[in-house]
Amino acid sequence: MNETTPAPTVPAPVSTRAPGKTAPPRPAADAGQTGRRRAAELLQRQGVLAVLLTVVIAASFIYPTFASLDNARGVTIQASFLAVVALGMTMVIITGGIDLSVGSVFALGGVLAAWASQYGFLAALLVPLTVCGAIGLLNGFLIARGNMAPFIVTLATLLGARGLLLTLTDEGATTHLVPKDSAFGELGQGSVWGFGYPILIALVLFGAGGIVLQRTSFGQTLFAVGGSSDAATLMGLPVVRTKILVYTLSGLLAGLAGALNAARLSSGVTIVGVGMELDAISAVVIGGTLLIGGAGSISGTLWGVLLLAVIQNLINQIGSLNSSYQSVVSGGFLIVVVVAQRYLARSRRTT
Amino acid sequence: MSKRFSGVVALDDVSFSLRAGETHALVGENGAGKSTLIKVLTGVYRPDAGELRLADEPVRFSRPSEAQQAGISTIYQEVNLVPLMSVARNIFLGREPRNRLGLIDFSRMHRETAALLGGFGVRADPRRPLHTLGIGTQQMVALARAVSVNAQVVIMDEPTSSLEPREVETLFRVIGDLRGRGIAVLYVSHRMDELYRICDRVTVLRDGRHIHTGDLAGLDRMQLVSMMLGRDLAEVRRAGVTNFAAEGHEAARTPVLTATGLTSRLQLHDISLSLYAGEVLGLGGLLGSGRSETAKALSGALPLDSGELTVDGTELKRLTPAAAIRAGISLLPEDRKAEGIVPGLSVRENIVLAALPRLSRGGVVSRARQDRIVEIFMKRLRIKASSPEQKVGELSGGNQQKVLLARWLCLEPKVLLLDEPTRGIDVGAKAEVQSLIDDLAREGLAVLLISSDIEELIEGADRIVVLRGGAVAGELAGDEVAEDRLLEVLADHAPAPEDNATAAQEDPR
Repeated sequence: MNETTPAPTVPAPVSTRAPGKTAPPRPAADAGQTGRRRAAELLQRQGVLAVLLTVVIAASFIYPTFASLDNARGVTIQASFLAVVALGMTMVIITGGIDLSVGSVFALGGVLAAWASQYGFLAALLVPLTVCGAIGLLNGFLIARGNMAPFIVTLATLLGARGLLLTLTDEGATTHLVPKDSAFGELGQGSVWGFGYPILIALVLFGAGGIVLQRTSFGQTLFAVGGSSDAATLMGLPVVRTKILVYTLSGLLAGLAGALNAARLSSGVTIVGVGMELDAISAVVIGGTLLIGGAGSISGTLWGVLLLAVIQNLINQIGSLNSSYQSVVSGGFLIVVVVAQRYLARSRRTT
Repeated sequence: MSKRFSGVVALDDVSFSLRAGETHALVGENGAGKSTLIKVLTGVYRPDAGELRLADEPVRFSRPSEAQQAGISTIYQEVNLVPLMSVARNIFLGREPRNRLGLIDFSRMHRETAALLGGFGVRADPRRPLHTLGIGTQQMVALARAVSVNAQVVIMDEPTSSLEPREVETLFRVIGDLRGRGIAVLYVSHRMDELYRICDRVTVLRDGRHIHTGDLAGLDRMQLVSMMLGRDLAEVRRAGVTNFAAEGHEAARTPVLTATGLTSRLQLHDISLSLYAGEVLGLGGLLGSGRSETAKALSGALPLDSGELTVDGTELKRLTPAAAIRAGISLLPEDRKAEGIVPGLSVRENIVLAALPRLSRGGVVSRARQDRIVEIFMKRLRIKASSPEQKVGELSGGNQQKVLLARWLCLEPKVLLLDEPTRGIDVGAKAEVQSLIDDLAREGLAVLLISSDIEELIEGADRIVVLRGGAVAGELAGDEVAEDRLLEVLADHAPAPEDNATAAQEDPR
């Protein structure tokens, strides 16, 4: 699902020729450069995967408990909710935007799902999706049509969604519970070979997301909008429609993740999702997606989410370390990635 | 096929038609309305009045995609593609080939891209990200995109400005193909040679108005240039139109600044000039001839591939803006809004901005010294502001320009480079700036003056170096500094031998 992500690479050296002279044919020199460039591209794109595998293998040797199947199940189920949120975030960031509202929307989705689950399985899914999709639509509309900064618009809906959630729960005093043994509860708690349904749902969504991003016009337009919004407009691409759609999608995915989380916890917990938008952004950026837009991949985000989850799990394994160190380590990774991206972006400009 | 429209703010009742299978040149100086016209044709702007007819059908475009669907594609001067995406994706964006599952068929896309580019003599891996290609090749990709949609009209806005000669040949061959297929090409360029080589007819715009449309073959180069500039050849030179003193200046014997062989890829070719203290050297040339680039090169703002710059006998080793300022070279840039003034700061702050290092001791800036300098310059340049603390953004264009001039003058430069110092300011302020330039030269400053205003150039300058295509085309001194001589050099009346050679190769049509 990630064959041909347009990722920034170190540009091949440009030969300077005196204009006017007959230039030597270009392609001859390309063969060697193409190979090297491909390798650099691969490293850039799959660097997170390499780091993830290194950490996992090293940890398996040091902490035998880490390598257990049980632990793998725990890590992945924890990561699956963030993964679904980060999937929408990836697409938003590829367009050069940002969606800060996802954390609140995630929590709101959970509360709505728990409340609606008393009316049945379908209601428990449709109610949060409708409301959260509407919030995403509002974001997209204000950003694309109103030409407002994504940061401000989604900051406003972050506050709005959190406020809506507090109203629904009497300022957090009421907790809506998912009925025991309901089909909706099963969606969060059931499992195949011990791997919970949310993990499988996240994987299916990532597969679909990869295809959408790489193999559809919508996906290509996302890259074009992020790469150069003006060029995309002049090429006649539906820029406004694409932006509205991508924020709606982000809202829907955040709402779905919240609903799944509520199903797993059997209740609409109101305090979840605080700061989740920042975790999602971290995972996306660590996964190699450019924060300025125009380049990125779904698979990278998946590895980014897993890397964050593994780090947290490891710190728990170590035990003697305070869990707060997790933020320190994630922050460190983030800085490394951003520095690397900046370097790559600069070498791109000099082309 | 005909198009008509009129009454856009920047375009005043312009009508012209484009015939199938012709290559039509669109010419005009800066601000003539070419870009506006193109944007109306491509659906970026909507005309306030007038109509557009495509193959005799009236059409209305509310966005670029509609114009493209109707068969009008455009190649912009600056490559308008997505640099991070691959060549093939750029060509097929918005109309990707699908396979049976409705997903994008990449192998077909890459195959078709390779075939398309091969037809243009370009060999590039369709999978390569666009930004890894040279600008010329990127432009060819844009061209491939434009012609691969079944276009009836292809608009090219200065397509050759970033191409190398070999690529220009390819472009011309493609235009020949388009002509054969009955596609109309609207070709915008400032390069006279190109226009005469490939265009059938020409439309001249000036100040948003339609001046002339006709066959190019029968039109003399001089006539074309005089139409673009709005100068009648026979028009007698009126004395005192500008505020420059009639007599010249006493120039020193040894040059204060000597530039030899300034070369920058695709922009400047081997430009040499010297500037003497106490003179105004005019830099003439049509738009895109390399005037501003030369000024930028002299002030260290344009990276050079080769060339030397000597100020007062010492060669500048590393040419950076800071080094140039230290050596006494100041540039008043063309675009004062983007490159000069800080509108939110006060007149005082704007004036002392560049001089701050000199006015401060141990990082502390003496307010009293600032006020003294600001007062002197506000009086001397007659800057009209309610107080030194008024925000520069609130001043008129002319006063903004004077503030900028003051900023550079308080550095006590030896060489002052002025790029279009009177553009966009009102007549009164223009005259004041002009007489100021005169005074400065008289006081011993070496001034380089760039101006599109022919009268300003001729009456203001003691000598004029004329540029064409990024190279020096001629120099006028003494009595030669006159309008007819300048127009002659601008129009390239004495074609170089190689021009004759290319003309001979031209295929008969």
